[in-house]
Amino acid sequence: MGVEGIGAKVLRKEDRRFITGRGRYVDDMSVPGMKHGAFVRSPHAHAKIKGIDTSAAREMPGVIDILDGQQLKADRIGNLICGWAVSSKDGSPMKMGAYPALADETVRYVGQPVAIVVAETRAQARDAAEVVMVDYEEMPAVVGSEAALADGAPQLHPEAEGNLCFDWEIGDEAAATSAISGAAHITRMKIINNRLVPNPMEPRAALGHYDPAEDHYTCWTTSQNPHVARLVMSAFYNVAPEHKLRVIAPDVGGGFGSKIYIYPEEIVCLWASKRTEVPVKWTSDRTEAFLTDAHGRDHVTHVEMAFDADHKIVGLKVDTKANLGAYMSLFSSATPTYLYATLLSGQYDIPAIYANVKGVYTNTAPVDAYRGAGRPEATYVVERTIETAARELGLSPAELRRKNFIRSFPHQTPVIMNYDTGDFEATLEAGMKAADVAGFEARREEAKGRGKLRGLGMSCYIEACGIAPSKAVGSLGAGVGLWESAEVRVNPVGTVEILTGSHSHGQGHETTFAQLVAERFGLPIDNVQIVHGDTDKVQFGMGTYGSRSGAVGMSAIVKALDKVEAKAKKIAAHVLEADEGDIVIENGEVKVVGTDKKLGWHEVCLGAYTGHNLPDGMEPGLKEGAFYDPQNFTFPAGCYICEVEVDPETGTTEIIQFVAADDFGNIINPMIVEGQVHGGLAQGIGQALLEGTHYDEAGQLVTASYMDYAMPRAWDLPMFKVETLVTACTTNPLGIKGCGEAGAIGSPPAVINAITDAIGNNDLSMPATPEKVWNAIHAAS
Amino acid sequence: MYETSYQRPSSIDEAIKLLGDGEGEAKLLSGGMTLIPTMKQRLAMPSVLIDLRHISDLKGISVDGSKIRIGGATTHAEIARHDGIKAAAPSFAYLAGLIGDPAVRHMGTIGGSVANFDPAADYPAALLAIGATIHTNTRELSADEFFLGMFETALEENEIVTAVSFEAPQAGGWEKFRNPASRYAMCAVFVAKRTDGSVGVGVTGAGNNGAFRWTEAESALSGSFDGSALDGLTVDEGAMMSDIHGTSAYRANLTKVVAKRALAKAK
Repeated sequence: MGVEGIGAKVLRKEDRRFITGRGRYVDDMSVPGMKHGAFVRSPHAHAKIKGIDTSAAREMPGVIDILDGQQLKADRIGNLICGWAVSSKDGSPMKMGAYPALADETVRYVGQPVAIVVAETRAQARDAAEVVMVDYEEMPAVVGSEAALADGAPQLHPEAEGNLCFDWEIGDEAAATSAISGAAHITRMKIINNRLVPNPMEPRAALGHYDPAEDHYTCWTTSQNPHVARLVMSAFYNVAPEHKLRVIAPDVGGGFGSKIYIYPEEIVCLWASKRTEVPVKWTSDRTEAFLTDAHGRDHVTHVEMAFDADHKIVGLKVDTKANLGAYMSLFSSATPTYLYATLLSGQYDIPAIYANVKGVYTNTAPVDAYRGAGRPEATYVVERTIETAARELGLSPAELRRKNFIRSFPHQTPVIMNYDTGDFEATLEAGMKAADVAGFEARREEAKGRGKLRGLGMSCYIEACGIAPSKAVGSLGAGVGLWESAEVRVNPVGTVEILTGSHSHGQGHETTFAQLVAERFGLPIDNVQIVHGDTDKVQFGMGTYGSRSGAVGMSAIVKALDKVEAKAKKIAAHVLEADEGDIVIENGEVKVVGTDKKLGWHEVCLGAYTGHNLPDGMEPGLKEGAFYDPQNFTFPAGCYICEVEVDPETGTTEIIQFVAADDFGNIINPMIVEGQVHGGLAQGIGQALLEGTHYDEAGQLVTASYMDYAMPRAWDLPMFKVETLVTACTTNPLGIKGCGEAGAIGSPPAVINAITDAIGNNDLSMPATPEKVWNAIHAAS
Repeated sequence: MYETSYQRPSSIDEAIKLLGDGEGEAKLLSGGMTLIPTMKQRLAMPSVLIDLRHISDLKGISVDGSKIRIGGATTHAEIARHDGIKAAAPSFAYLAGLIGDPAVRHMGTIGGSVANFDPAADYPAALLAIGATIHTNTRELSADEFFLGMFETALEENEIVTAVSFEAPQAGGWEKFRNPASRYAMCAVFVAKRTDGSVGVGVTGAGNNGAFRWTEAESALSGSFDGSALDGLTVDEGAMMSDIHGTSAYRANLTKVVAKRALAKAK
């Protein structure tokens, strides 16, 4: 390893511009003649549009044009799509409700776009948007998944009877039922996973620019996957042909999944630019973000976990109602099905598992993947249930988990996943040691003396990253392949540009991807430039989500580097008159082993481009590309232990200690990994303690600002104890598993297990606000 | 935000004139920690903003023995770090130092907070407990007379809060239980043992009609200025606020708990 190679704690190259305010985001972009768009949005959760009167708005200062859903339809702009087709257990396809980018007949959630005003300034556009008169006929609304499935509930889509989008299943129902019926002990729970609003620091934005001279389109957008955006906008929405559309996602200030999807606004900005022949920019304000960014989670689950007399789990049955919101989002079918129920085996050897998931439409913002996407929901179900079972059986939570750990690999679960490797005992041991579990009872007693209730909670999570083998996801309904591409361009002077289909929106790719080159050729990372986020520069890519940039994106780079290295060695062997097999590249030099014969890296690179002395038949140049299709998911796993102190007088929970012992496989930059864990833990603890999304019965979002939606702040969090252990992933060349989501996946059950342990009442839902905890204490006493 | 204009008067008279010229469309700005966010959300559209923070008559703090006078345009940060207030009424300086965050404390003013009377604002609880006087350009009112109900004060049109004055209590204590989202007070209590021996207990954030005096607690504490004196009391749930963050029962519980903690801190 070089000083900046794999495993080095290199400072992030990109942070200089981020922390000095020099990042360049979509809202910073400006093109000559640019105008501003503002959306007219539905104030109702469910209503028919009887008519739209734009006459007064058109008289407002600066207004250029006002476009609505009828014009969108006339221009044959396609409805929004869902990129993953799932089928119900009866074999029928999921029931998609039509989702036009501007509602033409019906609105189904508060904030749904109805029209766009294009004006000279942002303020003028917003002033005029307020004056657009939409004649609505209000209809009854429904916001919860259980209520939406009930008889007599308001119906959202003619395509989906009973508001049921899909009734999906996985596993062997007969086997699970039979295992449970003969079990010595059954733990049953109702578990609610609370809806979350993503809240990236940068709100969404789009700048659509149609150039009539070239008949060419450019769309700057806050995207985690600009190539997918281009594909979908051209192939499905008919906004612009793919070869005439450039999509650029520059610096993006956080995504957490919410910027995977192609939203109505970017489609409309691009289309409006074509219609008006002026560039159109829209930037979301925070209220629009609350109302319209795809939300996360929102599951209601009934679970039965059955044990034999030796406390071995014999069966697991899960029934989940997943709130999809008013419309399908890009991956909203996959998130509560294949990304959720396939992880219900957790770290445990469970012979029989069955899950039924109903996807339900409600008059709320669409719900899709949010940091963890299905795996936090699965982990919460499994880890709340096993901890509860331990209490019921009178065993320590660690002991019950140990009895059920998977201990040999590869391990095939009953729900598709094949875990390649792991050591769950090791992460449990490391976690318990760091948390000083042995000393907990003494600390509990000490706290009692101060009138405080101490509790300890554990969570042993496993998740699946690096989505995923294209053939496998294709067979499960995905509309795309989930490989990644990379191109390594070595310049004549020896500096390197890496073009990647991954997209960095906080992950630190400019540093970690460069570390791969430092490792391979011994070059300083400052001699490496990472190019991403622009479809004109990078040919294609699938983007960044599901902790896939390391396991998949970097593996593509490794493949391309292999090819560059091979060619460089061939050139050097030819020049040095040595055998190709005797050439090594290290510290920026290309050497013949065991001799003093060598070339500088830059000499080999220059030679490749002069072509003066290349092997016969070799093409000049030093540039290689690769596509990498993963063989399997990767399986990060770990043990999180949370210790809390509850103030019984107010119900306030203080996290005294939080230990994370993670196995992420091999690690490129330990500092960035630790940062990812910290961020994930903050989000997971935020979900557990603070973040509650509340719609009232009429479908108005009550928590539409930070006055009512509680985001975690520094003082809500302890100093984290983070440890990493390594079992190398066996299915990718770097042996890495991914670390971007683990913190958010593993932490919520640890927190709730700790609080319920402290207060002696297991009936507690997230977010565990002081009031809820106080009520739970009183209900228990 | 809708289009507006901005005026910076240098005297109270000039401010009053501008307010009259605005014909009801003008708004006084004294830090803007509530008004500006409201305008940004397009929930207020004043035609003109009259910024009071640069009027010298509204600025400054004087401490004369136990007598304290604070100009309306004084920021929370100035109050929190003022040596005279810290010495004479440390709990009041402590309260100011816990308002919002540093940005809020350096922009927001006591006059703005008092005139706005947000149901979760911190100062009103203290001013009620201490028995402060609110000075305007036309008159003086006791805190009891001034604070009428949620967002409602005795202020007339064309009346400006110029200062707040009070006699530092023998002992004062401040405890704030924050709303987890907004970090405003969900329940905060100021307890004061006044120089005449009477006790004031001001509660903010919890009541359904703005900050109020918990008179039962005041009577109980006039015998013994100690938390145990509250043991037998219950808070009327019917007078408490109820919202998604807490029921009235929870806030009633908090009022007693927080009052005891304020007493424990009192000095």
